[in-house]
Amino acid sequence: MSVCTLRIDERDVAIEAGSTLLQAAREAGIAIPTLCVLEGLSPVAACRLCLVEVSGSEKLLPACITPVQEGMQVHTATPRLQEIRRTVIELLFTEGNHVCAICVANGHCELQDLAVEVGMDHSRLPYRFPDRHVDLSHPLFGLDHNRCVLCTRCVRVCDEVEGAHVWDVGWRGEHCRIIAGLDEPWGAVDACTHCGKCVEVCPTGALFHKGDTSEEKHSDPGRLQALVHARHHRQWTP
Amino acid sequence: MDPMTPRKRLATVWLAGCSGCHMSFLDLDEWLIELADLAEIVYSPIASDTKTFPEGVDICLVEGGVANTDNLALIQRVRANSRVLVSFGDCAITANIPGMRNMLHGADPVLRRAYLELADGSGQRPHAPGIVPELLDRVLPVHEVVPVDLYLPGCPPSAHRIRTALEPLLRGDWPELSGPELIRFG
Repeated sequence: MSVCTLRIDERDVAIEAGSTLLQAAREAGIAIPTLCVLEGLSPVAACRLCLVEVSGSEKLLPACITPVQEGMQVHTATPRLQEIRRTVIELLFTEGNHVCAICVANGHCELQDLAVEVGMDHSRLPYRFPDRHVDLSHPLFGLDHNRCVLCTRCVRVCDEVEGAHVWDVGWRGEHCRIIAGLDEPWGAVDACTHCGKCVEVCPTGALFHKGDTSEEKHSDPGRLQALVHARHHRQWTP
Repeated sequence: MDPMTPRKRLATVWLAGCSGCHMSFLDLDEWLIELADLAEIVYSPIASDTKTFPEGVDICLVEGGVANTDNLALIQRVRANSRVLVSFGDCAITANIPGMRNMLHGADPVLRRAYLELADGSGQRPHAPGIVPELLDRVLPVHEVVPVDLYLPGCPPSAHRIRTALEPLLRGDWPELSGPELIRFG
């Protein structure tokens, strides 16, 4: 195993070559806010929350997919990055209809927690109030597009872990949304195994168990991670 | 209390919200008695009979978004007459639940839906100019209408949050609000 040494926030870090900057930062105990990334699923760098500054690069780089390199100098929490992160969260809140008070995930929502983390006590951007729909065609679960942040965790878990590939991303720009099958009602897609993994990894209240009312959704991505770990290591008992 | 420190002139205002933030204010319980020493309540739906928003207000808590012509006139008067304007609760900060009507795009579809389509046969649109204020096309967060000095999120903000914000303001200091206990929405 070859090792890379680099500096993150003035701290020396040594980590296996091929690791990402996010893994290196976490190893060193440096917290970088993330939303779309989830251990056990492939990273896609969709949310841009984990952008970091790397000396010698004018561009900001997403820590979740940028491989470490020998001698890298990385800054994860400059005022510029903090400003960008707060703006990203404000964009997510204003782009959809996230009414925390009446959400199934209120109190257990990664977006809500991130707002606190980046110090968002109000949005400096105007709210859009888009006209979006709720798909309740599935017998067990619902999909509320109002609360979707397009992190694509559901798309990835269904494809990579369950192997059913029910979900995809359809359309573009402000019309972009998660689609089931070939943009069919979720309940009409035969490929769905009703496993609920998409609901489990959804960071907000967009995917939920029918019958959950406000504050009743408690997701646990840890269960998914335990499954991926068990498969990978062929170790099914603790 | 230091007799040299004049009591602050405190107001609270209720725009488009459910009054839950004001109920949470009442949850301050026995601290309200201390508050009465620190502040003079000069305008409030729960603590004053004054009908006209006064001049020279030091601190004003505003609950609710701006949803109709009355709200709009009042918030402009509040801003002109208040030194510190606090957006008090999620409705004031995000439009929150009253703002969900914005997804219907305009006052007219909202009134049609509420008073005609969902009526039991005898529906009619309310129309009483000068008595019933007209709805604005969109419910707006307060800071999209007038500048706001401090934000106190929550649906409702807990009594603890309200006190944490008010105590420094009453002393003439500025509160530093951060962390899940103090600024989480919902």
